[in-house]
Amino acid sequence: MKSGSVLTAGSEHAEETKRTRMAERGERPASERIPILQIEDFLLTSIQVPLHDRLALQFQRDLLQTIERTRAKGLLIDITAIDVVDSFITRILVEIAKMASLMGVKTVIVGLRPEISITLVEFGVEFNGIKTALNLEKGLEMLRAWRKGDYGENYGENRD
Amino acid sequence: MVKIMVKIEIKEEYDIVTARVSAKEEARKLGFGIVDQTRIATAVSELARNIVDYAGEGVIEINIVDKKGVVGGSGSGSSEGRGGDNDIGRGGCLGLEIIAVDNGPGIEDIEKALEDGYSTGGGLGIGLGGVRRLMDEFEIQSKVGEGTKVRVVKWKQI
Repeated sequence: MKSGSVLTAGSEHAEETKRTRMAERGERPASERIPILQIEDFLLTSIQVPLHDRLALQFQRDLLQTIERTRAKGLLIDITAIDVVDSFITRILVEIAKMASLMGVKTVIVGLRPEISITLVEFGVEFNGIKTALNLEKGLEMLRAWRKGDYGENYGENRD
Repeated sequence: MVKIMVKIEIKEEYDIVTARVSAKEEARKLGFGIVDQTRIATAVSELARNIVDYAGEGVIEINIVDKKGVVGGSGSGSSEGRGGDNDIGRGGCLGLEIIAVDNGPGIEDIEKALEDGYSTGGGLGIGLGGVRRLMDEFEIQSKVGEGTKVRVVKWKQI
């Protein structure tokens, strides 16, 4: 279940076929993963490639496994590089926040650009239960404050 | 006059990205600002995903259209943006038209499909209603067992 490295890609037959097809079209392989970094007690990740179903599921799995392995308390997801937040991506982000929350981890999404915020509101998407911050710095501040109990939402987890 | 610019076959997930990237690029070339580019790209992303999720495959067409008689144009005054002559951009108002067509199962209850919170695909259920809010014009035709055609237009602010 637990893989030694988060960056080890599984390769099935279907995966190979798809990769070959993509290579023929001059595209990057779909098995690309989203890196997850650790800073203090928190995990930091920046989505810089278009999310599709399989990548999104892989990302969710990688995140949860990394949370388990590192015992992280907070998760920062930077979406500055995402130019379109449709209902699919929203659903993925909301799901990640919910799953992380079940593992005692608070998620903060950072880097929503103005045009993305406008579109989200008009489109009718709601980031239910997700905290957002303007940028990485503010997001980190938010998580640190929460860790210190300033947000009044200390779940009483053990300190490592 | 409708000028067909791009036609994208939607067969798998990756085509959704291709479609929205093209739409955004065409919108940018036509002079839309970043907010409208994002609205258009989001709408295209949603329409393309509907094709993949519900119909399996279909086509997305991105066209330039013009509206007659908006800025003293000499056209017939048709609000459809699909007049008969050939003077794109002269005395009219330019827009980007997106047509999404599939031969999928069709939508049984269109009114319901446009309501927020309704989804048969397990998504957020804001797809079509959201697309309608992001764009200036929205038309949908669907027949159960035959397919669905959605046409949306975003007009360029002058």
